[in-house]
Amino acid sequence: MSTATYAGTEVAVNDEGFFTDPGQWREEMAPQIAAAEGITELTGQHWQVIRFMRHEYKDKGTGPTVRALGKTSGVTVKELYRLFPKGPAKLAAKIAGIPKPRGCI
Amino acid sequence: MRKRIVVLGGGTAGTLAANRLRRLLDRDAAEITVIDPDDAHLYQPGLLFVPFGLTRPSSLTRPRARQFRDGVTFLRAAVDRVDLDCDTVVLAGGAPVRYDVLIIATGARLIPEETEGLTGPGWMEKVFTFYSFDGAVALERVLSGFTGGRLAVAVMDMPVKCPVAPLEFCFLADAYFRKRGIRGEVDLTYVTPLDGAFTKPVASRELGGLLKDKGISLVTEFNTGEVDGAGGRLISYDGREVPFDLAVVVPLHGGQAYVERSPGLGDGLGFVPTDPRTLQSRARPNVFVIGDAADIPASKAGSVAHFEGEVLARNVIRYLAGRPLDAGFDGHTNCFIESGSGKALLIDFNYDTEPLTGHFPGPAGLPLLRQSRLNHLGKLAFSWLYWHVLLPGREIPAVRSPMPAAGKHQAGTGATAPAGSPR
Repeated sequence: MSTATYAGTEVAVNDEGFFTDPGQWREEMAPQIAAAEGITELTGQHWQVIRFMRHEYKDKGTGPTVRALGKTSGVTVKELYRLFPKGPAKLAAKIAGIPKPRGCI
Repeated sequence: MRKRIVVLGGGTAGTLAANRLRRLLDRDAAEITVIDPDDAHLYQPGLLFVPFGLTRPSSLTRPRARQFRDGVTFLRAAVDRVDLDCDTVVLAGGAPVRYDVLIIATGARLIPEETEGLTGPGWMEKVFTFYSFDGAVALERVLSGFTGGRLAVAVMDMPVKCPVAPLEFCFLADAYFRKRGIRGEVDLTYVTPLDGAFTKPVASRELGGLLKDKGISLVTEFNTGEVDGAGGRLISYDGREVPFDLAVVVPLHGGQAYVERSPGLGDGLGFVPTDPRTLQSRARPNVFVIGDAADIPASKAGSVAHFEGEVLARNVIRYLAGRPLDAGFDGHTNCFIESGSGKALLIDFNYDTEPLTGHFPGPAGLPLLRQSRLNHLGKLAFSWLYWHVLLPGREIPAVRSPMPAAGKHQAGTGATAPAGSPR
């Protein structure tokens, strides 16, 4: 367990950088987390996905997989990969301040 | 008042659930009906062995109707939808079946058509799956004629049934080509959407090591967006490509179509949102879910259905008696992993404990996450246990529903939980 500082606030993250307490996340932290992942600008579509991730997490206790995102977020899987290259579900979860999606085992 | 328990699905989970409940409930207390569209119960773990000529396909299927205890009614019919508001299952053709308790055990469905190009040119010619009976049989023919080239084994996306099976396929393929003396001519690649060979760190490290030892390439974080059968390419959403001469894929999985036709029952993928501890559905208190049909964060595997059976039966009975449910299911999963040449590994884990090394407590002391001949024999013995112990809904001695902590090496500490330590 370690910490990171976003928007001047120290937050708890795991060793992969995912928030361990989503309650610590605030919208103004998102651009900084995104920038560290190589996403220099968060567009309206990015925010649509980020808010959807927050909503899903609140609702279900885990972030959706990329396939579920593609089916339910209103953004297609192809688009998701354009917005969040190299793994939309994980990247969007990290930027949205929720734990790494459990996915499946 | 005699209660009506209706079980949808006569596979592993539905059969063992019906049989457990039948044993626990007097016939005067409840009638139990299992509904399934066909009468062929397939031993799914056996499909893995078919492509390598290690199992006779005809030995894998038995009549569903014969797997039930006396007093379980088997109704051969397709389900159109569930009407949750009326506690009624509507059969294809319109006939209603009323229930007091509904148990959903209809498993997962393969959806190859959801991946672009997968069922296009090349499907069942140079692109196969061993997850279906027909696919496994066809693959045996094709593998026996395969004399060399690039073989890609690819998981389209999670969740899939038995997530270790595609790895086992790689290990068995390695052994198979060695035995035929052409291993040097075959370029074997395992392609996964995960960031390692397996989901959890310790197992991922051990299984990844095994792939490496056997000269099997590993391509990770590959979300297949398109399969170009004619051109022999897997193409990921982020534009990477894996070329192949023969592809063995695990198609996307979803729930059954009737779940999607039943308002309020399933999620976007057709799985049924379920309390992971009590196995009660989120949709209605009188609807329970067992096996692959549930959206719980456990593997879609027969062992999970087996371990769920005890909690499910208890909770259905508690529900009927108006008593609080037991939040007793811990996510216990137990899988043998064939590693080729007569050896296998064993993994044992639950919601909170990842697969670890060590040994499984009990007289045999099977080693965990290590190749051994004993584990292979365990896997072979499992087929008998499946038909004679699992499906009848009996307990396997020394392998109970809660995961044993004893014998496991704790991650990172090197310590082993002592025998008799609390679970």
